[in-house]
Amino acid sequence: MIWNALTIAIQEIGRNLTRSFLTVLGIFIGVAAIITMVTLGQGATLAVKAQISSLGSNLLTLRPGAGFGSRSSSAGVPYFTEKDADTLGEQISNIDAIAPVRTEAMSTIYQHNARSSIVTGTTPIYFQINKWNIAEGRLFTNADLRSGGAVCIIGNTVRKELFDMADPVGERIRIGRASCEVIGLLATKGQAGMGDQDDTIIVPLSTLQRRMTGKTSTHDINQISISAHEGSDSIALIAEITAIMRARRNLQSNQDNNFNVFDTRQIAETLGSTTQLMTMLLAAVAGVSLLVGGIGIMNIMLVSVTERTREIGIRLAIGATAREVLLQFLVEAVTLSCVGGIAGILLALGLCAGLSQLISVPFNFNSQINLIAFLFSAAVGVIFGYTPARGAARLNPIDALRHE
Amino acid sequence: MSNSPPVPHLVVSGLTKTYGLGDAAFQALKGIDLTIHRGEFVAIMGASGSGKSTLMNILGCLDTPTSGTYEYEGIAVEDLKPEERSLLRRYALGFVFQGFNLLARNSAQENVELPLLYRGISRKSRHEMALAALTSVGLPTKLTSTPSELSGGQQQRVAIARAIVTEPSTLFADEPTGNLDSVTTREVMEILTRLNVDRGITILMVTHDDDVAATARRTLVIKDGLIESDTQHAS
Repeated sequence: MIWNALTIAIQEIGRNLTRSFLTVLGIFIGVAAIITMVTLGQGATLAVKAQISSLGSNLLTLRPGAGFGSRSSSAGVPYFTEKDADTLGEQISNIDAIAPVRTEAMSTIYQHNARSSIVTGTTPIYFQINKWNIAEGRLFTNADLRSGGAVCIIGNTVRKELFDMADPVGERIRIGRASCEVIGLLATKGQAGMGDQDDTIIVPLSTLQRRMTGKTSTHDINQISISAHEGSDSIALIAEITAIMRARRNLQSNQDNNFNVFDTRQIAETLGSTTQLMTMLLAAVAGVSLLVGGIGIMNIMLVSVTERTREIGIRLAIGATAREVLLQFLVEAVTLSCVGGIAGILLALGLCAGLSQLISVPFNFNSQINLIAFLFSAAVGVIFGYTPARGAARLNPIDALRHE
Repeated sequence: MSNSPPVPHLVVSGLTKTYGLGDAAFQALKGIDLTIHRGEFVAIMGASGSGKSTLMNILGCLDTPTSGTYEYEGIAVEDLKPEERSLLRRYALGFVFQGFNLLARNSAQENVELPLLYRGISRKSRHEMALAALTSVGLPTKLTSTPSELSGGQQQRVAIARAIVTEPSTLFADEPTGNLDSVTTREVMEILTRLNVDRGITILMVTHDDDVAATARRTLVIKDGLIESDTQHAS
């Protein structure tokens, strides 16, 4: 009996190719859309999280100026001193490491290649705070810092631009008016949303001050990188930093802060929840397309009810039992839904693989969403394919035959 | 045992059928008593709305009566469940409709094979039996044609082939020539007569064409839900 139903169902699918195709299409597009959207959305969330954690999850950055969204400009605001960094490090126990940073845009030249790069002068602890690893060569040391040695470490983007395929370690490049030996190449961090982190040159702070910019003022530190103690309360920490810095910068109680603290962890959480929200939004949009697909299937099934009711009448009249007829319709609906669902999953996998390459997010296969999309579409197909048939099969054969 | 009279082919008594409820109720059959023996060829005539089609649909187990009893070969049909009535149709009855009622997207051969499929007959036997049935109605060359590619007369012959392929005991034909011209009408009637005479199939045929009814050996005239006349005629 099942074999019969299968035979007849397959035959009927073939006989009604347009109807079958439209049914499959509705499921196919809905399933493909929702899986693709959710998978890519989750990939993007992962990418953002990975990017943030590469910055250091407990990283605080102190900058002059009032910070984001402030009406007062940061022009004319004094920079920090090296002593500021030392004081913060000494007075706040929840600070694991602290590094004064001076950045300056400078021209860099190697043989015939020249470009402008951001040069960062800092102390060796900076690499640890910002989670920089060395790919080749070595990092600079406290000895280099003390001597103000003409050494530099470059990021991968700088290497590509200046050296092309050549090995940079041991070569000398000109930075501003100084000549420096490249002693190390940083391991790449990538970009995606946060700017190209690999476009950097790092030198000892003293080297930058003595050889490149010249020591202009004690207030020549335009950034302080702070590594907070793991698990510490960043809000309390920021309050401590703020209090000390206000005192050191002689701010009166009626004056606003002329510096700001940028908390990576907070940004990470915000960005994480934002991308999660985006994923949910995409899923909702895709869910609508799945629903529209379902309505399409419903339409096709309802439109064909008259035709199919007569078919049921004929089958009953020549001796089919209601159960056999229903089994046939069930097999038809299940077959079409499964074909549509599987095709949709395959398309989604292809799209995800291609698109995740294109927009450079990781391809994260989520079996759950595949299963949900498939089951939903199958349910829609079966319910709308089977329910009208159930009504018709309950009729007296003559009523089904006369159905208009 | 051996002296008991043979069970008639079908017996109905006090058969009524009412459509609708209350004031809107319409009594299509008002109490039909009828006995038909094996091998008879009965024409059922009457004006539109007389109840002749209703009677035939009930006799063919396509519809159920409101009251009364109906015995088919001694089986009390009114006691059967829908599934059992399906099986009765499958193994004993054949139908030919005025509107043919072929599956539009299936070929002539597939339409004829359909009742065999429900009987669970193998693919090879289905093909042979369908070919034989289509040959007996003069359509051995139209196996792959779909109904839309066939004329009305050819479609009706496919429908007859479908009805007889299972070798039913009883063939019900509801205005089988109603949509056909006089030439094809004669062809269809010849086929039906041959089935009745050569194979002994009992035939009940609704018609309002006197010439068609004359082919049968017994004519019932239904008027307002009752049998008005019941005539046997030699032919």
